[in-house]
Amino acid sequence: MSIEKYTRNFLKEVEERVEEGHWVKMCMQCGVCAGSCPLGAHWEHTPQKIFMMIRAGKREEVLSSDSMWMCTSCYQCIVRCPRKLPITHIMHGLAYLAKREGLAPKNQPTAQFGQLFWDNLIKTGRVNELKLSLGMYFKDGFSQGIKNAMAMQSVGMGMMKAKRLNPMEIMGGHGVKDKSGFQAMLKKARELEDGRRKLA
Amino acid sequence: MAKKQYSFYPGCSSQSGASSSNYLTSTQSMVNLLDVQLNEIPDWNCCGASIGYAGGGELPRIALSARNLALSEQHNPGQEVVATCAACWLATREAKERLDHSATLLAETNEALKEAGLVFKNEAPPARHMVEVLIEDIGYETLKSGVKKPLEGIKFAGYVGCQTNRPFGIDGESFENPMYLDRMVESMGGEAITNYDQKVTCCGGALAFSEPEKSQKQIHDIIESAYDHGADMIVTPCPLCQANVEIYQGEVNKRYGKKFNIPVTYYSQLITVAYGGSSKDAALDGQIIRATKLEDIANK
Repeated sequence: MSIEKYTRNFLKEVEERVEEGHWVKMCMQCGVCAGSCPLGAHWEHTPQKIFMMIRAGKREEVLSSDSMWMCTSCYQCIVRCPRKLPITHIMHGLAYLAKREGLAPKNQPTAQFGQLFWDNLIKTGRVNELKLSLGMYFKDGFSQGIKNAMAMQSVGMGMMKAKRLNPMEIMGGHGVKDKSGFQAMLKKARELEDGRRKLA
Repeated sequence: MAKKQYSFYPGCSSQSGASSSNYLTSTQSMVNLLDVQLNEIPDWNCCGASIGYAGGGELPRIALSARNLALSEQHNPGQEVVATCAACWLATREAKERLDHSATLLAETNEALKEAGLVFKNEAPPARHMVEVLIEDIGYETLKSGVKKPLEGIKFAGYVGCQTNRPFGIDGESFENPMYLDRMVESMGGEAITNYDQKVTCCGGALAFSEPEKSQKQIHDIIESAYDHGADMIVTPCPLCQANVEIYQGEVNKRYGKKFNIPVTYYSQLITVAYGGSSKDAALDGQIIRATKLEDIANK
């Protein structure tokens, strides 16, 4: 696909390529979302700014912002928005587009964790919490992984003692029976979405 | 009266050896005591949770929920889907909402489902949360009438959190100050701290794991306010809220120089104990910070 088609109209691109992106033009810049976000202190740009930047055509700045990755999916912005914009979903959609376009900030922990989570769940159809935790601890290599795991040792031991973390999950753990049907379904879904949204 | 039956979606974290296995154990005890039957959706899969967007995009995420809904239509026809996990409930309800509003998404979803030999007919009503079953289908008065051991002398900070509240709401209540958890506590004979000001604060969600230095302030505030209001324990309807607020107390103590050590329980554990279930029925052995006051009542 040719990105050139969009360079002078990022809003149009967002409407066509981002989950719930057609809502962005409805933002009236009141800032309630900005004041409602629990991670507001850590955003590079508030949702309000992101929406204005989209209209101003700032494609690179928006897609490389770390802001969308701070979304905890608390839905505070959605329920407070006077125009009823599904802000949470737009943030998720922008983050996903940024990632697919290779513009998401490098080594962003939540972006990395999100991908680990997805890869983890599609393997068996159900999340394996042990492998997910280990995957996150060891994402920056073996020695850092050991350090991370040691730092969190008391948390892990408490979980194991309460039988809420099972070391045997490393052997495979829970999953759906129809794994091949499940994976074929997701492959098809991704193919269809990639086609419609022109994701490479 | 015919037993109430629902198509049940337990979710990944509820499975044996997983982080909210105590939620499922106590839910099973609770529904037995309330004479409600949960029919598990056969071969259900993960809902994608709130962080699934990063790797999954929109359609694959919707397909996850649609597969569960299609399996429910096929195996538990005519039954409403009920979830105990906030993210499971939210994702399932959201997916149906999107599919209701977009013929394109519905067609594509069914094209994907065909690969798994399934079809989503979109016949069932929106998925429901277990607390809706308790409040709307059973009701506070009926809940109260079955109490054998009132939870007297225990002060609960009812921590609702985000997703068992926003964006869909429970029983038409306000997003800023929902009262349902407090009313459930009171129905069980416990003392609800109705002015607990952190009841709808976000626990950090997945960021409690990926960005602890940014999100632990959330957990800190939730716990500190419970202490400030004299709570003996926190009670919540959400498995991620429970896990984040309970298991990271040691980490929060290190970061903020505190000595927090407050139990975080589920409403299903409260009801099980109040209805005469044992500590084991209520899965109180699954607490990392023991809820001793609740154990004392269960062992009475």
